Amino acid sequence: MGKKSLSLGRLRKVVQIISGIAANGYIKGFLPGNPMIYEGPLKHFCLPGMNCYSCPGALGACPIGALQAALNARDRDFPFYVLGYLIAAGVIAGRFICGWLCLFGLLQELLYKIPGPKLKIPEKADRVLRYVKYLVLLVLVIGLPLFYRDGSGGGLPFFCQYLCPVGTLEGGVPLVLLNSTLRPALGWLFRWKMLVLILCLVSCIFIYRPFCKYLCPLGAFYGFMQKISLVRIRVDEDSCTNCGACAGACGMKVDPRKFPDSAECIRCGACMDKCPEKAISFRIRR
Amino acid sequence: MRNKFSGRLSWGILAAAVCMCLYGAAAGQAEDVFIKAIRICMECIGLG
Repeated sequence: MGKKSLSLGRLRKVVQIISGIAANGYIKGFLPGNPMIYEGPLKHFCLPGMNCYSCPGALGACPIGALQAALNARDRDFPFYVLGYLIAAGVIAGRFICGWLCLFGLLQELLYKIPGPKLKIPEKADRVLRYVKYLVLLVLVIGLPLFYRDGSGGGLPFFCQYLCPVGTLEGGVPLVLLNSTLRPALGWLFRWKMLVLILCLVSCIFIYRPFCKYLCPLGAFYGFMQKISLVRIRVDEDSCTNCGACAGACGMKVDPRKFPDSAECIRCGACMDKCPEKAISFRIRR
Repeated sequence: MRNKFSGRLSWGILAAAVCMCLYGAAAGQAEDVFIKAIRICMECIGLG
């Protein structure tokens, strides 16, 4: 029994590592002095998790970057392709993608493993802060790219440009380190984005997945889809003794007995590992 | 009953999303994603 419960957590780590490597497997891009990013046909497709398409190793497009690009294009149409992709991914897996397939999620989890005091955000503040990611999605990813126009009539990818720490970490830092010709272009924007990145990474040591909880617009989108997603968790009421071990084990502070389809649940399976009765399991909606 | 309905709703939305994706790809939107994704996005990485 103990062995089985351990295996889900380990399996998730293996899947996270493999999916992170698979999404960023263009080794040539990481060679020093090589300014090229991957330009092959796989870039027609979006990756399921947050993954900057300017990362030297990225083999696919970032869904949030692609959505902003579709919305701020001069000759824009309704973004059928990207939105259809996002809805399909959300309906199939919901925030399972955050828990199992996101490289930045894995990094946050590893940083949280660093020993030290862990911050307990007061419940009320935590509840309010969790709405910020929906605001980020509506304002920075959809609203401003859709309505703001610069002098030339084009829009800007506001989320990528001013907030996204994933782009700085996966794209900005390696490209600047590998390519000296980009260094003269560094200015206040890069310094601002480095500050956001450092604040984000440092806060990960004290708070479990703070970017996912409070800022990630992709997590917000998938959270919307959680109630109808095909991957779900089921609590067997006959086996459950209401001991509360599941709620105590959840890093996202979700009680799966009360809210199995919560928009905050990243389907990490920690509750399943912890449940002494094995009353919680993954299910596919039929 | 409710589960059956929500299950059908999920599969229906998934089918609609796949159709959206295929229609978008046929309209050249996959090519737009590709063109954006193969260029280093200076603003995205903070170099704009």
